Amino acid sequence: MLIPGFREFNWMQDMWLELDRMQREMGRLFSGTSIPYSQSFPAANTWSRENDVLVTAEIPGVDPKNIDISVEGDVLTVSGSRVMEELAEGEAYHRQERPHGTFRKSVRLPFRVDGNKVEASYQKGTLTVKLPRIESDKPRKISIKSE
Amino acid sequence: MAETGKDLEIRKERNPLQAETTRSRRVFIPRTDIIEKADSIILIADMPGVDEQNVDITLEKGVLTMHGTVNAEAYHRDYRVAYAEYGIGDFRRSFTVTDEIDQEKIEATVKDGVLRLILPKAEKTKPKKITVQTG
Repeated sequence: MLIPGFREFNWMQDMWLELDRMQREMGRLFSGTSIPYSQSFPAANTWSRENDVLVTAEIPGVDPKNIDISVEGDVLTVSGSRVMEELAEGEAYHRQERPHGTFRKSVRLPFRVDGNKVEASYQKGTLTVKLPRIESDKPRKISIKSE
Repeated sequence: MAETGKDLEIRKERNPLQAETTRSRRVFIPRTDIIEKADSIILIADMPGVDEQNVDITLEKGVLTMHGTVNAEAYHRDYRVAYAEYGIGDFRRSFTVTDEIDQEKIEATVKDGVLRLILPKAEKTKPKKITVQTG
């Protein structure tokens, strides 16, 4: 009689330990999801082809002059700021969901790119950056000689 | 700053069940700012990929619906997605509009993927200043 009870206690203890571990894990998980705006904005997609890569980012309502693009190795960084509507006396926000302020976003590319040949365009609130693969990084085709 | 949320002319549509689209495409709710000014309400919605040609604004039975269409099919066809943080699809959101808004005079503009709606307040709801005369 005593032994099953003892085993039950052990099992309970294990369960609590497990729950505690899960709770900590969850806490870590959820605190990780609240990425600050400055890093999560703008959302960017990376599209690739054999010898070039395209990065598109949704940055609506920004003057393209205020967007900075820099490339270092295989990392593209887009930074800038989005200004909030200026309010006059007596005006108020009823709802404010659009992010504003400065942002800085780095995207790791699938390969190294030639920083001198980067093209960027801004259309309908979407930034498109085209980055060609650097010549030295291109895959080389090795032909097999037959004799 | 005036208190927000107390006397909202525009509220988010209560009923989340909207008519389904006939085409299978993703629909997103655009992030929207609403500003109350003395003589109008300004509605600003982020709709990247939308221009003045493919935005539809309808006002029916006091419900203002904005629908922006994004051409997803023509999107970088010869590339493959390496990593995606955002999906491509339409934008749609509805707000109820009360009689306080002059529904005939709603103006809409789209610039850099941002839709801006100006909803002028009807004459009768504008605060009137009454001067007190000295006797």
